[in-house]
Amino acid sequence: MLPTLLEHTTTRINAEIDPALHIWGWEIAVYLFLGGLVAGLLILSSLLLWKPREQTPSRILQFAPLLALVLLSLGMGALFLDLAYKLHVFRFYTAFRPTSPMSWGAWILVLIYPVAALSGLLALGPDARAWLLKKLPLAKVLAWAERKRQALLGATLAGGVGLGIYTGLLLGTLTARIQWNTAVLGPLFLTSGLSSGAAFLLLFKLDEVDRHRLVRWDMLALVVEAVLIAAMLLGFANAGAAGQLAADALLGGAWTASFWSLVVVMGIAVPLLLEGIEIKKHLPLVAVTPTLVLLGGLALRAVLLAAGQDSGFRMLP
Amino acid sequence: MNREKRYVMVVDTRLCVGCKACVLACKAENNTPDGYCRDWIVEDIWGLFPNLRAEIRSERCNHCSNAPCVDACPTGASHKVDGGIVLVDHDLCTGCKACIASCPYDARYVHPDGYVDKCTFCAHRVADGKTTACVAICPTKTLHFGDANDPQSEVAQLLASRRHKVLHPETGCEPNLYFLT
Repeated sequence: MLPTLLEHTTTRINAEIDPALHIWGWEIAVYLFLGGLVAGLLILSSLLLWKPREQTPSRILQFAPLLALVLLSLGMGALFLDLAYKLHVFRFYTAFRPTSPMSWGAWILVLIYPVAALSGLLALGPDARAWLLKKLPLAKVLAWAERKRQALLGATLAGGVGLGIYTGLLLGTLTARIQWNTAVLGPLFLTSGLSSGAAFLLLFKLDEVDRHRLVRWDMLALVVEAVLIAAMLLGFANAGAAGQLAADALLGGAWTASFWSLVVVMGIAVPLLLEGIEIKKHLPLVAVTPTLVLLGGLALRAVLLAAGQDSGFRMLP
Repeated sequence: MNREKRYVMVVDTRLCVGCKACVLACKAENNTPDGYCRDWIVEDIWGLFPNLRAEIRSERCNHCSNAPCVDACPTGASHKVDGGIVLVDHDLCTGCKACIASCPYDARYVHPDGYVDKCTFCAHRVADGKTTACVAICPTKTLHFGDANDPQSEVAQLLASRRHKVLHPETGCEPNLYFLT
């Protein structure tokens, strides 16, 4: 029989590394959440505006891509706050490292700006366009964008998918953190981003058709999210000692209460139930449901970010 | 024949008494900030009382051959130099901490000046033909440093003749810090 480890002592007490790694705090949780939300907004607005409309779309839909860029800038601001060496932030853009998800992310973020800005121009209704053209000499740009409409919306859609997956892959590829060591994180964060994006749009006044579509899509995303979380836990159950360590935090360990109450019940189960009731009973949608979905999306990032950092190889036998 | 160097450190756990001279020598040599260390002493005790077994290890960055920190770094700040030593270029480092999260050995930390810091295998001394500060000071000759690809080197001969292990081989990082057991 293997002898059991009785005592493990170390002289190392490096700040933020010992006793448990805690290098990323609220800034990264907010950034991952906003990144997902922006991804969702870009994907959904591209899909909703894919076909040119006879009628002017609702105000929020007209401004969705531009608003997404504002939110993305807020997220990048949070990311900047997290950097320990802020003066060197430009170093992200003096290199491209294909093995580093963070490098991919840094470049995806800046590539999204021009593409989403052009999509944002396309999304504007006649009034907003007329106002904008009075202020800025954008007539030629707008005409060009109009000619390339499908390509631009397609690029925005692809950028949104890339951004959404990247926020999950960023954690998922850091395999030294055992709980993040699951391929599910990419699709999970993308799906969560889609439901956050739909929820965000549902907070505003929408056309009946768009609203109906978004509620359906939100419900679908929430169901897929629940399935992916189940797949993640199932994966842990079949991954030996490492999987056990990863699962423990969510099934009985330190993050159990917040994960199940905030992420699963508040962020997925309750909104699904409310949306189901609203559709069945033809009730007007209230702001409560989308707010819960958004808070659940933030909680998902915050809980997995914290739980993952607390699951290093040093905790394995 | 031109042969590539592979610098490794060999720690004889049968000789180590945990005096921490290596920790202090490193602090003095590399002027590490207060409250941080690039190397440290770990003491593990196994067994069922009274049949106990202890192992004392001097640990530091493993300078992995397949280093996840170098792969995770978005700017190229974490890089490999001659002999496989993994270094951080302070001028390129943004303090994003991806490398810290990617290290299974938690060997890195954020220096109060903002960049990420860790053991350098005393690359500045090695370049001068000297050994590392921790090896130089070790009073029990626990620590050995050298080129494992040179069959005549002390480290190669120790690894050829003594039973040894690395920490967490399951990560696939191919660490270059060996422990004689």
